[in-house]
Amino acid sequence: MITLRRPRNEDELAGIVREAAGIVREVEGLGASLNVQGGGTRAGLGRPGNNAVTISTADLSGVTLHEPAEMVISARAGTPLRVVEETLAEKGQMLPFEPMDHRAIYGTNGEPTIGGVVAANVSGPRRVVVGACRDHLIGVRFVNGRGEIIRSGGRVMKNVTGLDLVKLQAGAHGTLGILTEVTFKVLPRPEATATMLFEGLSEADAVAAMSAALGSPFEVTGAAHLPAGMGAERARTLLRFENFPASIDYRFPALAERLQRFGTPKRIDKAESEQIWVAIRDCRLLAAPRDTALWRISMKPSHAPGLAQALREASSGARLFLDWGGGLLWLATPASGDAGASAIRAALGGKGHATLVRAPDSIRAAVPVFQPEPAPVAALSARIKASFDPAGLINPGRMHASC
Amino acid sequence: MTAIPFPEPRADVLARRDFLIAGLSGLVPPACLVTSEDERRAFETDAFTAYRRVPLAVVLPETTAEVSAVLAFCHQHRVPVVPRGAGTSLCGGAIPQEDAVVIGLSKMSRILEVNYPDRLARVQAGVTNLAITHAVSADGFFYAPDPSSQLACTIGGNIGMNSGGAHCLKYGVTTNNILGVTLVLVDGTVIEIGGEAMDAPGYDLLGLVCGSEGQLGIMTEAIVRILPSAEGARPVLFGFGTSEEAGKAVAAIIGAGIVPVAMEFMDKPAIDICEAFAKAGYPMDVEALLIIEVEGSDAEMDATLAKIVEIARKHGVKRVKESRSAMETAAIWKGRKSAFGATGRIADYICMDGTIPTGQLPHVLRRIDEIVKHYGLRVANVFHAGDGNLHPLILYNVNDPAEAMKAEEAGNDILKLCVEVGGCLTGEHGVGIEKRDLMRHQFKPPELDQQMRVRAAFDAGWLLNPAKVFPLEGRV
Repeated sequence: MITLRRPRNEDELAGIVREAAGIVREVEGLGASLNVQGGGTRAGLGRPGNNAVTISTADLSGVTLHEPAEMVISARAGTPLRVVEETLAEKGQMLPFEPMDHRAIYGTNGEPTIGGVVAANVSGPRRVVVGACRDHLIGVRFVNGRGEIIRSGGRVMKNVTGLDLVKLQAGAHGTLGILTEVTFKVLPRPEATATMLFEGLSEADAVAAMSAALGSPFEVTGAAHLPAGMGAERARTLLRFENFPASIDYRFPALAERLQRFGTPKRIDKAESEQIWVAIRDCRLLAAPRDTALWRISMKPSHAPGLAQALREASSGARLFLDWGGGLLWLATPASGDAGASAIRAALGGKGHATLVRAPDSIRAAVPVFQPEPAPVAALSARIKASFDPAGLINPGRMHASC
Repeated sequence: MTAIPFPEPRADVLARRDFLIAGLSGLVPPACLVTSEDERRAFETDAFTAYRRVPLAVVLPETTAEVSAVLAFCHQHRVPVVPRGAGTSLCGGAIPQEDAVVIGLSKMSRILEVNYPDRLARVQAGVTNLAITHAVSADGFFYAPDPSSQLACTIGGNIGMNSGGAHCLKYGVTTNNILGVTLVLVDGTVIEIGGEAMDAPGYDLLGLVCGSEGQLGIMTEAIVRILPSAEGARPVLFGFGTSEEAGKAVAAIIGAGIVPVAMEFMDKPAIDICEAFAKAGYPMDVEALLIIEVEGSDAEMDATLAKIVEIARKHGVKRVKESRSAMETAAIWKGRKSAFGATGRIADYICMDGTIPTGQLPHVLRRIDEIVKHYGLRVANVFHAGDGNLHPLILYNVNDPAEAMKAEEAGNDILKLCVEVGGCLTGEHGVGIEKRDLMRHQFKPPELDQQMRVRAAFDAGWLLNPAKVFPLEGRV
């Protein structure tokens, strides 16, 4: 039977963890393990768990600090992402890394939380230029597997005092502690946005165009390629500008001239431009049909065209698109067998990593959801897990069977 | 000064010196092993020169395989190891100990690959920070973090300390600009962390290794992000009548949604010192100077600067002086980046590195002044105003032991002040030995224990740079 606990504050949470640690010590193998839940919108990410107690961070909520002039915001882990983004927007600011909303691909309801964003190191299209969630996370508070309250980092953006446990928490999927508060450095929201659209490019040309754009001084903040049939008849290569209007008006033609050999681009402005990047961010183009498996594959951009070709050859039903200038490939495969795991990872040949983002529990239990790590790295990861959570209480096995 | 204790040298290691050197000589070519006392003395300290220890031996490997062999040997024989780049650490991060083998990466200084389409470069750990930018600048690219020592300091050291620089406000610090490293673990195992692809799943070992001060392993190679250079860059000097006005102008600029690439602050003593050295044309009739740099096309820079000037005028700016040529720009930055060296011409100094929330600037500057006066010393302030990373330079006479002790005490008081107002002990220089015994002012016991347990996952036997970062008492 699953018990649900909703601690009202950090101390209460620490007490629950200490209690669970005591039970494990007394009755070996009782399995009083803890499943951490934010809004539950990303519950399908990671290996399926079988834990006795679910800890909800729903009551650990609220923005605790926002200093616009210092470009910093802190919020308790269970704070809805929406609240954080609205608080920032009121002062003309934003989370730079543009976190993805997973509700479209999982069909979940509820509210994504800021703690969940950190736990899964969730970033969107702007990541390719400004960095990921982990790059903007400057402070955390969490409860470790001993039931101790631990702070790392803080509210200042330059801090090298001691080991950086902040980065470790980003993307640890809650296995290294239960986050209670997170702090980010933020950026001003751009005054305007526009998208440069090239149609009909091959993947090789698209990646070349995106690399040229991202290697230009014109500060492109998004670069994606949607192959033919992905929301439009012709392939679309999209480059985003975000700045004050006069700057965009100068940079758009300047970049178009540099990219002349790829054709004459169209310009998309305002709402239409914003919508297209939300669709890319949230992977809406591959959300349906919901019974397909979804992969998120990272590689260096110059490998993307060849890999896309290999993936299509390996799986006849494969549909895909590119973000991050070709550094990120979203792939839908039939959710049968291993959902393409062995073929995909063979095609990657150690030159990147593939994460099985969406698949039925039975597949995610049988196939490594995250890219398998070489033995010495896996051993290090297991020792790091033990250093935070010696009894293996928190989200055990969520990432790998050993962590 | 002898205030900061070192761990007692391991007698069993000292006793086996000849045996250990014989073993090391089988692992690297003769030219890569330094054993004579005179030559070892060249490695006895770094830029934190008040402390020095002559190491047992120095190895200067040429390959990752050699680093691995040396580490495996030292691990087998329980010999401490101190990694070293260019020895520019301001916190004693590279100072050895008598029972330690120094592994210097200076011979591993090649750029192995530059890849413009993927915007990355693969380099050896001993390459200098500026050499990376020099290798790619003709093609319109640069490596972003720019510590003032960038001409000498190595990328391995930068990663070890998670170095910053003047331009992190826009481009972030080292951890935001590294894609992967080759790390040799304490037992000689070689692992690759991160890589050419972004955001590897699994624990962010890359983020953990950045700033780990040589406690987790020795880096031999790195994959770094290279970025396209802006069309142009222009620093502008803003002179204010008081530090308070300058501080408020900084907050107002950021509050208005403008993020310049750099916002550097100097107080009157620092202006005098730097101008005398660099002849940069800094205004001499002001109490505080901001160097604000913007990037873009000429029209874009004009537009952004117009907004900044308007805000500065609202905050009582007395002088505004734009750079009008590449030479002027170079002189303006030369003055700022030479601040430490120029100060060294007029006095000995210790350089603090605390970071504070920028809203606390006026309060902290007042308190620094009081603290330093209390000890009867002088201070020059240069710092990164946009991110609150302070560098008070406390001036003293190194040949006067009493004054040296006072300088250290004043420095400690300043760092405690930084923590009190919500900041931290070190923003970019690292803990090293300098701030090791202040760690308990920033962290509670379970927090420090948690860090040490993570450290133990890499080096349970405390062989890697063991005198640094964590107080010697109460280690886990």
